[in-house]
Amino acid sequence: MRDISVVWADALLAAALVAVDPGLGGALVRAGPGPVRDAWLAGARALMPAGSPWRRMPVQIEDERLLGGLDLAAAIGSGQRILQRGLLAEAHGGAVIAPMAERLSSGTAARLAGALDDGVVTVARDGMTERLPAGFVLLALDEGAGDERPPAALAERLAFLIDLEGVSYRDALPISATAEDILEARLALTRIDAPGAAAVEALIAAAQGLGIDSLRPPLQALRTACALAALEGRTEVDQEDLGVAARLVLAPRATRIPAPQPESPPEPEVPEDQGQPQESEADRPEPADDPSRGDDPSEALNDLVLEAARSALPEGLEALWLSRGKTHAAPSPGPSGAGARQVSLLRGRQIGVRRGLPRSSSGLDVVETLKAAAPWQRLRALAPRRRSSEAAGAGLKFHRDDLRVKRFELRRDSTVIFVVDASGSAALQRLAETKGAVELLLAEAYVRRTQVALIAFRGFAPELLLPPTRSLTRARRQLADLAGGGATPLARALEDGRTLALAERARGRTPLLVIMTDGRGNIALDGAAFRTRAETDALAAARRIGVAAIATALIDISARPRGDGARLAEAMGARFAALPYVEAGRVKDMVRALDPGASA
Amino acid sequence: MRSVFPFSAIVGQDDMKLALLLAAVDRTLGGVMVFGDRGSGKTTAVRGLAALLPALDVIAGCRFNCEPDRPSEACGTVCNHTGGAGQAPAPVVDMPLGATEDRVVGALDLERALTLGEKAFDPGLLARANRGFLYIDEVNLLEDHLVDLLLDVAQSGENVVEREGLSVRHPARFVLVGSGNPEEGELRPQLLDRFGLSVEVQTPADLADRVEVVRRRDAFDRDPEAFLQAWSGRDSLVRDQIAAAQALLPSVEAPDAVLEQGSRLCMAVGADGLRGELTLLRASRSLAALEGRAVVSEADLRRVAPMALRHRLRRGPLDDQASTVRIERAMDELLAA
Repeated sequence: MRDISVVWADALLAAALVAVDPGLGGALVRAGPGPVRDAWLAGARALMPAGSPWRRMPVQIEDERLLGGLDLAAAIGSGQRILQRGLLAEAHGGAVIAPMAERLSSGTAARLAGALDDGVVTVARDGMTERLPAGFVLLALDEGAGDERPPAALAERLAFLIDLEGVSYRDALPISATAEDILEARLALTRIDAPGAAAVEALIAAAQGLGIDSLRPPLQALRTACALAALEGRTEVDQEDLGVAARLVLAPRATRIPAPQPESPPEPEVPEDQGQPQESEADRPEPADDPSRGDDPSEALNDLVLEAARSALPEGLEALWLSRGKTHAAPSPGPSGAGARQVSLLRGRQIGVRRGLPRSSSGLDVVETLKAAAPWQRLRALAPRRRSSEAAGAGLKFHRDDLRVKRFELRRDSTVIFVVDASGSAALQRLAETKGAVELLLAEAYVRRTQVALIAFRGFAPELLLPPTRSLTRARRQLADLAGGGATPLARALEDGRTLALAERARGRTPLLVIMTDGRGNIALDGAAFRTRAETDALAAARRIGVAAIATALIDISARPRGDGARLAEAMGARFAALPYVEAGRVKDMVRALDPGASA
Repeated sequence: MRSVFPFSAIVGQDDMKLALLLAAVDRTLGGVMVFGDRGSGKTTAVRGLAALLPALDVIAGCRFNCEPDRPSEACGTVCNHTGGAGQAPAPVVDMPLGATEDRVVGALDLERALTLGEKAFDPGLLARANRGFLYIDEVNLLEDHLVDLLLDVAQSGENVVEREGLSVRHPARFVLVGSGNPEEGELRPQLLDRFGLSVEVQTPADLADRVEVVRRRDAFDRDPEAFLQAWSGRDSLVRDQIAAAQALLPSVEAPDAVLEQGSRLCMAVGADGLRGELTLLRASRSLAALEGRAVVSEADLRRVAPMALRHRLRRGPLDDQASTVRIERAMDELLAA
């Protein structure tokens, strides 16, 4: 499906375009670490003007390094507040490389996004407030496996989403353009005529046809078209530029495949939009008549641009990279709210300090305390000692006000994973009540920072209906239509539940598994419909959950429990309850009882 | 530093623009919370508004933007007020992510302490925002203790600093404008309720509008100076409109019938507390002033009701979120009666 040589050529072209117009933001490159990625990075770097900064950003970078802060050595030495520039300011005029972009916290992503938008970074820390220029391009490297995705706020600001998977080192030919070509193109870019209304409309229509809501992508595509023309030394944007721009910028963001041949040429986009259920923004009714739409030539251009983008799409929507479909939905990267993930951990990246005395629940932050005290040393050395308790001699002099403590919470954050049997006749009512429980949990999530995920199973495969989220809005949107009925792939559902639970644990959260089933699966792990094998597989999967020591509750939802559920619960070491009529409030209470943090 | 996209060149987004203008006219409204998708122009609108706010009468050089005849008590220790009366642009202060508390509330002025041996206050962001706007992009990413602090100050209009041996209080009356993306997580209800108005922005769906948004943005990116020049006329019309409305506002009257209508509406939709009713009334008056009328009409009430009430409705977690629809339906019923 994907022509590898085109993929690689496009990836290099994207690198050249970013070098020509840094206003394009940068690129998000999906590729594991390895020679191919290194080759791309080397190509991108070769195009930057000689000597421009190239800074690698560790994924868990702290504000201190990212934005800047007090220069401790200078403060102790001279007793003055001197600002040490952060990585973003250091990268001004160059590039920031962000490996493991899928692990970036939303806080770090927002700081990067702000700097990309404004070209400056505002430091208001450690007693200093300054604005420093920070115009850089961001090359974010996405190594995510499974559902992990880089923060959407960041992907949105980078013009190019590049997928290097499947490109082998042999395909990765070196780039032919040189830094001199780029300098020439930069000059040419200043002379490009503004693209006309027809060009703008074609890109926007293509974006709409591909189900792209935000207006940033068409704007980036427009800039890309100009940069393409500049690369070839032209002063006018031509049709081909628009087509290539649509392929590079729009196609990777498609959330749907446009209809191949619009039947009613005058207004194809409008009815299409209204018919798409997964796109809530495009759903809104809009006035049917549209004065700007018009004559045939522009119509032809629109088709051409859309066609160019379509040619770059994979065949099935399932395979779309950033598709927002249910099974591929990108989970929001960690909870919002001040990096709650890190706050709650007693170890790991530290996200804040506050003035105060160390207590049992909060430790002294030595470096921050030192920083608070450092600028005062000269003054304190001059001041006569007021109290005998103050240390005499040459050491640093600390006051009570200098003390800084780390900010911790006692409780870890939890992710409640529902694994719900959606087979059989009572499935609909059960799903509705489960959905109710999900919403009840999320409604109080702002206090508890709980995330909720839902796996429903029926037919031949379980489905992750709701990836871990803290957002009520999102849960409502994704749980809007739940279907029930069919066979019971219990063993695979338990496996999926366990996998998700372990992934959440790896993210530093406490997974809580809530399984609703009658315990009678009839689809084996390999998808075969043999009841006996299905049962042994389910039992084995249950034991694996037990071995992984995941906090689990099993709710037996059969009308007359026959012991299957209890057996599974025992194998998992789970709490067990028989609830023939699942009811939202009671499910919520059970989850609360399971959550070790709930009573804290 | 880059130029700011002109407010009047923003395509559509009428609710957001109106809410910001209402808050600019009546600063006691309690601020605006803007919810919206990525790329829908929240930040652009707030920055654009900054360029439109009528200048303030201040003591020249005062770091708290004090009015000439009413210097604050903290001024004495910070600025000498040798400047006499002058004018300064109304501040619109961005709350930078990653700001530490000392830069927000202010702290001991180290230079003066070191060089002169004086204990003096170095004002923070809250002082700079006095009599202007304080904008927090992505409110839900701000650390909880800072949010609590900001809400407290926004409520009381005064910043009290007790740290590093200082004891300072200074006025910090600002309009809090927040923005957030609902997909990134919910806001705490206590926080939401403190905002006077709440609006939701969406990327325009209409093709012609979308084309226009991109064309204007592109024109601006190409040549900011020329673009600003082209729109300066329309921007200054809006500026005059705000100034005229601010002058008119104290004399705007609300007839009893309209007041009653507002109370009934709040009861009908179950808006919590008196804050909703008060905001509804103030927003209506602000709208009348903005349109140069001295009397509030039912139409004013109707226009501002969704943004004044939609975030205050009591609702169970299972209710649908379309609060705006509920308010409009209640409006229709009341007016038909």
